[in-house]
Amino acid sequence: MERAFNWLMPHPLLTFILAVVWVLLQNEVSAGMVVFGILLGIIIPWGTSIWWPDRPKGFRMGKMVIYSFIVMWDIVVANIQVAWIVLTVPNAKLKPTWIVVPLELRQPEAITVLAGTITLTPGTVSADLSDEGHSLLVHVLHTDDPDGVLDEIKTRYERRLMEIFS
Amino acid sequence: MTAELIGTYATVLFLLIGSGFVLVGVIGLLKFNDPMTRLHAPTKVGTIGIGMLLLASMIHSFVLGDTSIHELLIMGFLFVTAPISANFIAKVNIHLRACDTPPEPSLDDTWSTLKSPDGDDDVIETAQS
Repeated sequence: MERAFNWLMPHPLLTFILAVVWVLLQNEVSAGMVVFGILLGIIIPWGTSIWWPDRPKGFRMGKMVIYSFIVMWDIVVANIQVAWIVLTVPNAKLKPTWIVVPLELRQPEAITVLAGTITLTPGTVSADLSDEGHSLLVHVLHTDDPDGVLDEIKTRYERRLMEIFS
Repeated sequence: MTAELIGTYATVLFLLIGSGFVLVGVIGLLKFNDPMTRLHAPTKVGTIGIGMLLLASMIHSFVLGDTSIHELLIMGFLFVTAPISANFIAKVNIHLRACDTPPEPSLDDTWSTLKSPDGDDDVIETAQS
């Protein structure tokens, strides 16, 4: 049973995303569109599965949903903080810094999600990876406490991503 | 009638918030004088600013009875692609030394953008011949 499922859906998450994107593109939620979306979601991963050799095996959907809500909330809060910095702090008093985040994550997908999260949260931009992919370079717009920012990235985002991709 | 009125006010409110954040982003782009700090302004516009404008568009279409959910898709693709362009601009800044040189990575030798492979000259010669 499990083998048949794996053969039919080599990438269940991609199947789900393709079905949802198809329904959203059609702009109507009807049974026919959902069925066609699921059909596309089965055919496309099946045809392209040879190009996904090292796909992540463990992926916890529920924790990912919680994570995306946390990120959205952080985006709203950080946006207001950064807007305040832009409007009130003069250029001379701005303290931009680089911070280096040593990564415990190893899967490329997880590191990509972490880097994307850091960039989407205003005030921090992920700039570069080290040559072996074990450190992430992050630019901070304005901070008095670089270690605090590093600590927040490590505990708030990376720890959760470790649990999601495990 | 009242539902329509509330919807219209909600649309106006979200349009105002969204354009306010876009305005702040543009002010940031003009005000900052360093390429790396300037990069922080568009990330703000790309998240809350556009998000609020799309939310206003969704509420507007919902109130008029012509429901549209394409905006969710736009949001999704924007959130996936925006960090990549920001990352590329940051990499170009590092490469052109347009910003302060970043500190050494704590776990590896160097940053991938600054790394020059050993056989680099050979590669250039082969490409030219």
